[in-house]
Parts: sequence; structure tokens; C-alpha cells
Amino acid sequence: MFQTFNWFDVLFLLKAAGWTVLLTIVAFVGGSLLGGIIAVMRVSALAPLRVAAIAYIQVLQGIPLLMQLFLTYFGLSLFGISVPGFFAAGLALSLHSSAFLSDIWRGCLESIPRAQWEGSAAIGMSRFEQLRYIIVPQAVRVAIPPTVGFIVSMVKNTSLASIIGFVELARAGQIVNDATFQPIKVFGTVALIYFALCIPLSILSRHMERSLARRLNVHRNVELGI
Amino acid sequence: MDAYVFQFGPVLAYWPQLAIGVVHTVLYCFLGIVTGVVFGTALARLAGSRFMIVRALVTGYVDVIRNTPLLVQLFFVYLGLPALGLSLSPGVAAAVALVANTTSYTTEILRAGITAVPRSNIEAGIALGFTPRQVFRYFVFLPALERVYPALTSQFILLMLATSILSAIGAEELTSTANSIQSFTFRSFETYAVVAVMYLVLVVLFRLMFWALAKVLFPHQSAKA
Amino acid sequence: MSIVTLNSVSKSYGTVPVLREVSLALTPGEVVALIGRSGSGKSTLLRCVNALERVQSGKIVVDGIEVTSPSADLRKLRQTVGIVFQSYNLFPHYTAEGNITIALTVVKKVPKREAVEIARAALERVGLADKAASFPHQLSGGQQQRVSIARSLALSPKVMLFDEVTSALDPELKDEVLGVMEGLAAGGMTMILVTHEMTFARDVAHRVVFMHGGRIHEEGPPKKLFSAPETPELKQFIKRIF
Repeated sequence: MFQTFNWFDVLFLLKAAGWTVLLTIVAFVGGSLLGGIIAVMRVSALAPLRVAAIAYIQVLQGIPLLMQLFLTYFGLSLFGISVPGFFAAGLALSLHSSAFLSDIWRGCLESIPRAQWEGSAAIGMSRFEQLRYIIVPQAVRVAIPPTVGFIVSMVKNTSLASIIGFVELARAGQIVNDATFQPIKVFGTVALIYFALCIPLSILSRHMERSLARRLNVHRNVELGI
Repeated sequence: MDAYVFQFGPVLAYWPQLAIGVVHTVLYCFLGIVTGVVFGTALARLAGSRFMIVRALVTGYVDVIRNTPLLVQLFFVYLGLPALGLSLSPGVAAAVALVANTTSYTTEILRAGITAVPRSNIEAGIALGFTPRQVFRYFVFLPALERVYPALTSQFILLMLATSILSAIGAEELTSTANSIQSFTFRSFETYAVVAVMYLVLVVLFRLMFWALAKVLFPHQSAKA
Repeated sequence: MSIVTLNSVSKSYGTVPVLREVSLALTPGEVVALIGRSGSGKSTLLRCVNALERVQSGKIVVDGIEVTSPSADLRKLRQTVGIVFQSYNLFPHYTAEGNITIALTVVKKVPKREAVEIARAALERVGLADKAASFPHQLSGGQQQRVSIARSLALSPKVMLFDEVTSALDPELKDEVLGVMEGLAAGGMTMILVTHEMTFARDVAHRVVFMHGGRIHEEGPPKKLFSAPETPELKQFIKRIF
């Protein structure tokens, strides 16, 4: 006889959701650090850096996240590094996120008018100083809404870590379902927890996107994702 | 420690299976694209309904899908629906979840496009004596589609990559083919590397296809896909 | 001894030549107005002087800095040569004062407090001491342009370039900017200006250079040039302006 889905299971799912959040944070921090570098390379004055950044973005955006997870997981073990699922998932999600974040941020950097580059060059700033003091501070304002929107995708993406065996929310749902066999309740609860994590970010992003669009008098971007 | 020797040969020997996997992946994509546009257009129109309840239902559906992972949606359809007396094979369950998922994204994109069509377009169409159907088709839908074409096609690329997730419930496509091959060959890394490259090639081919399609759909301008 | 020297400078965009063997020299304190139709190369010439545009051949030297050398010290050059643009190019996320101090603290490594003093003095000089805390979008076009001039002046340049700085301004706002420039000229600043303000060119410039087809077509003291143009192109140009 199966046990029935009860509050202990909900608690188990909530604890697993903690891992989902942690994985999202790791992916965001890792993805941001790497993505920031790639975004700056992408708008560099040096063609080889630009080409390298484009190739990086195109390749990582052109391969399913699941493949990246498998390749990281099995790739690391090839070098004799036996890694916990969290580490492999965190690494793969960071790489994946960096490609998307850098692409988002490149667009924001490029939205800053040429006049700002010229104005800052004309007072003798180096390329780095131009970015540091003039371009990036202005681009950040434009970048926040789509970045928050992408965090929603990142939360959802962490569910794929379950496929390489890491117990986060989706995997916990499978485990509970195997024990209780009450899939509607179990996956309903799992979906609800994901929804509760994502919807505030979605609303925030949409709201900021709208007010920014109004202020800059442009059309709002529609968030893509899966 | 001996250096690992990469061997792609055993993986490539399975090329007929890989080819079938590609066909399945592409079929899932086409299903998603066609239903995504058809249902998405219908829902985008309903989103502008004068009945609040209809608008709320559409928004609710879109928000629920967009804020939960495809993987969980898959589990819900494949494992949950049988509990309600509706058993689906993995392939059908995958298709249902994929269509439901894609539709929510296309709805949002197409709605943005339709909202952006100037009112004067519709008035001009009516004034010229077109039927409401024709007005929608020529003066609303096509301009809207053209406007959101880059976003829509990017979404379809994401869809293509996301079909790999369908393997989680055992639906047959490229990734599940890879899963089988690696279990026969014990060449996990090589298998997934080969398949990753195949996806990359598929992305390029899809981009080309969308680019060519734009030439047909919007002959008056060279659309940027 | 000249402070700015252009020797046989040529530049083209792709196959389209924009500057053809232009030579020009300015003595310290000299004010030169570049006039000519749009597309005659005058703005490009100006932008080559502080290396915002690179030239294909010829040599430009400003205050001992060889601008056209690939190893030119751009940082030093741009402190020596200030430029003011038609579209102001102020930084929207800094106040009027901040626009000036950021240039000083970052580029010249001036301590913050000293930078604020210099910024205040520069704003005073352009008559905007009371606007130090205003952001660019809170200022009129004329005021923004004066802040932009103050920003350049704060770096104590030896040469100032003005690229159609009044073209984007309403007529009633032009005078306040032109007034500032006139004051600078009177104070002995070496200036090159691209302008459509012929009255200003006639009254303030020591020399007027008429550009046509990427070349210096005719040049001389303003009175002579405007009253007795020699070439038919300049004659026609003047006829259309006045």
C-alpha cells in the first residue's frame, strides 16, 4: 500500500525548493560574472574578442541545456573528477546563463547612444573608463527588467538538474510521487511552488519593462523562454 | 592514469537511429510551431475579449505555463492525467505538453504584435469593404506577424532545443535516442557531444528556414530573422 | 611657431574621399572658422584634430603631440584639445557639476574636492554657477551646451574645437553660447570652429577657411573673404547664406 500525500511530503518539497533557489543563485552569480565579461568582449573594439564572444554565445544558445548538463556531468567524470550533482548542475547552468545574459546585456550596452562614447572619448577616457563610468551605469537601468525576466527562466531551468540526479524540486516531486502515487496532488504542489517562486519576478519584470518602455517611449519587449 | 581516448566511431555507427531521432525532433517542432501560431492567434484574440472572464482565463493560462517548468508540465500530463482516467502514451503526452507550453509563449508574443497594429489599419480595411475575417487576416495578423517575427522565430528556436526535455518521459526524439546509444556504447560524452553538434546544425537550418519563410511571407521587405 | 599643424591630410570613407591633402596651421591664440556646404569635409577635419577620426595619410601635430602616429598618447591629446559637439553629449546620469568632476577625477586624477572647485569655477565661467546640481534633462539646450563647454575647459586645454555647436539650438539660445565662445576667443584660446553663423565667423574669427570637395578652396581674413571672394564656389556659397 502506498502512503498518502501529507504535510511531511510538502515539507520535503519545500526543502527541495531551497535547493532550487540555491541552484538559481549559483547560476545567476556564475552566469553574471562570465556573462559580464562576454558582453564586454562582444562590444570590444578588437575584432578577435568580438568574434570569440559571438561564437561563445551562438554555440551555447544553440545546444539544449540538457545536452550541456550531460556534457558537463560526463565530461568532468572523464577527467576523473567525480563531482556531486550540485556542482555539475551549477557549472552547466552558469555557462548556459552566461550566454543568454551576455546577449541581453550586449543589447543594453549597444542601446547607449554613440554620442556617449564620443563625449567620453573626447575628454580623454580610456575604453575601460568609458565603460566603467559612462556606458555601463546607463546600460544597467535598461538591463534590469530583462535580467529579472531571465531569472524566471533560470528558476525553471534548474528543474533539468533532476535529470542528472540532483534532488531539487522537480526530482523531489518524482520521489514523492513514486511513494504516494498521487501525481495530481504532488505535481500540482510542485507546480504551485515553482509558480510562487517565479510569478513575483515575472510581475516585477513586466512592471519595470512597462514603465521603462513608457519613459523611453518604445515598445515593451516580450520575454521569451520555455 | 591513462588518458581518456575519445572514440566517436561507435556512436556514429548508430547514424540511422540518430537520423530517425532528428526526424522526430523536427516533427515535434513543426507541431509546436503550427499549433503555437494557430492557438496562439486564437488566444491572443480572446485576450482582447470584452468578457472579463475570458480575458482572465487566457491571462491565467499564460501565466501558469510561463511560471512553471516544461518538465513539471510534462510530468503532470504524463503521470497526472492517467489518475483522472486519461492515459496517454509518452509520445502523445509529450506532444500535449509541448503544445500547451508553446501556445502560452506564442499567445503573449502575438498579442504584443496585434496590440501594436495601428487602429487606422483596421479602419482602412473596413472602409475598403473587406469582411471582418479579411480585415483581420490582411490588416491585423500579417502586419502583427511581421512585427514580432524575430521574437517569434527566436521562441521557436528555444522550442526546438526544449524538445530535448521530452526525453524525460521517454518520448522518442533526438535526446532519447542519444540516451539509448550511450547506454549501448558506454560512450556517454562522445554521444552527447555528437548530438549537441546535431542540435547546433538544426538551429542553423531552422534559422535559414525562418529567413527563407520571411521572404515568402513578407515579400515587400527583407525581414531580419 | 604654430600650435596646430595639419600637413597634407587625406581621408576617405571606403572609396569616397572626404579630405584631400588639407594643410593648415594655427598660431597660439588664433581663431579659425571652417565654413562650407555640408559634406565639404569640415566636420571630419575637425574630428581628425583630436583623433576621433583617423586619417589615411598626412600628418597632424598638436602642441608637440603627433596625432597621426599610431602610438599617439590619446589621453594627453584629449586633455590638450577640447571638443564641443552639436548634440552636447553630456552624460545624463551626472549633474552639471558631476559631468565636469568625472572628467577631472577619472582622466586627470584630480582629488575630488579640488575637482569640485574647478568644476564650480568652470560653470561660473559659462554663467551657470547656479545650475551645478541640475541634471542635463533639466537644462535648456543652450545651458547644456554651456555645461559641455565648461566640461572641456575644466581640463585646461590649449586648443578648443567647436563642431556646429549652435546648430541644434533655437535662435534665442544661440547667443548665450556664442557669447561664451566670444569670451574664450578674447581670452586668447586657440580655437577651430565649424559654423554656419557667418556673422559670428566674421566678427570673432581671425581667419576663415572655406572648404569645398574635401579641400581648402579659399582662405583669408574674414573681412576680405566675405567682401571679396575670389572663387565662384565661395561667391555662390556667400550669396546663398546672406
